[in-house]
Amino acid sequence: MAMTGVLRPGHAQLRVLDLEEGVRHYRDVLGMVETGRDEQGRVYLKCWDERDHNSVILREADSAGIDFFAFKVLDEATLDQLEGDLQAYGLGTERIPAGELLETGERVRFTIPSGHQIELYAKKTQVGNGLQVLNPAPWTPASEKGIAPVRLDHCLLYGPNVAEVKKLFCEVLGFYLVERVLGPEGEGEAAIWLSCSHKVHDIAFVEHPEPGKLHHLSFLLESWEEVLRAGDILSMNKVPIDIGPTRHGITRGCTIYAWDPSGNRFETFMGGYQPYPDYEPTTWTFEGLGAGGGLDYPQRKLHETFLTVVT
Amino acid sequence: MQHQVTIEETGEQYRCGEQESLLVAMARSGRRGIPVGCRGGGCGVCKVEVTGGAFEKRVMSREHVSADDLACDRVLACRVFPRGDVSLKVLGGMHKAVCTSAGLRPGLQTKQKLNGGV
Repeated sequence: MAMTGVLRPGHAQLRVLDLEEGVRHYRDVLGMVETGRDEQGRVYLKCWDERDHNSVILREADSAGIDFFAFKVLDEATLDQLEGDLQAYGLGTERIPAGELLETGERVRFTIPSGHQIELYAKKTQVGNGLQVLNPAPWTPASEKGIAPVRLDHCLLYGPNVAEVKKLFCEVLGFYLVERVLGPEGEGEAAIWLSCSHKVHDIAFVEHPEPGKLHHLSFLLESWEEVLRAGDILSMNKVPIDIGPTRHGITRGCTIYAWDPSGNRFETFMGGYQPYPDYEPTTWTFEGLGAGGGLDYPQRKLHETFLTVVT
Repeated sequence: MQHQVTIEETGEQYRCGEQESLLVAMARSGRRGIPVGCRGGGCGVCKVEVTGGAFEKRVMSREHVSADDLACDRVLACRVFPRGDVSLKVLGGMHKAVCTSAGLRPGLQTKQKLNGGV
């Protein structure tokens, strides 16, 4: 598979109600590496195996939620091309100067019909994963601290106009539909899982009347054993868990969902499968979401908090 | 030190320590009445109006609790810690949790199944 265009999720800026409480959670419990703080007081973190400087930025604010979610693109020519494509599609874009986020190049920011701010960028300082690039060891002390996910994997956002969002991501940004859930009467798509890669999701959306909402940020683990260990670590630290450990029928991911100290939901998960753009998308009916095990395969039921609580 | 919490609509009562929130104590003691959400002051579903009793509170989302709300003791139960016996009314969160809409929210029929165990 040729990896061009939009490469992967790059960073998310989260609003937290208490900065240091947020840092303790993401750094000490989740086990991310703190890589910097800027003049605005924002704190930058990365997962141990990520090479770029940051993937999660925490900003203290008077409400919880997500400020923006960004994708890294192949190079600056790709960034210019996609910026032009977005404008030609009819979307307004804004250039955020290099350095506005630490160690990060120019970003192209735009608001999508679900009310979320999405960014594209081509450059971010590669600080490495703590392993040498020549004859490296398989892991480092940072990979053994806290839950220690390997990367920020994807996010699920709640907002209106999911059909328009899908069109934009697929027709302009080169994503493809991997799975979907139909509405309660079989109409439309109530939820979509989109990929720009070989992953079951790089971003997902659920139809929701309030714009710009965060359902969760997701962090990848490498084994089911590590997901169970994440459950232990969350409980030891009295982190409130929403659902899991369990497996989704949708994407086949094995998962735990919990809330950070400001109520932003996050996921620690492993598994899924490796789709290609030519695969026929998997469809779930609304019944399939609950009784069919789409949401929770072992329990085959809906979880009200999971479906309704967002920040 | 433990204090008594009373949910006015239902008369439900439970004990709550000074180091635990009104919401967590309710869930721990197996009581119901206040919708349980993120437990971090962010999502707003556990909004209540404290109608009597002393309490301390921690920071909570301004999106769900305005300055006016704060002045009138309309707060998120997950961020409220009793300093005396407390009585409260449950506000809009419950309605939000059961409302039907496009998207994946359980509809009323599904809610009945959830509650009735059908």
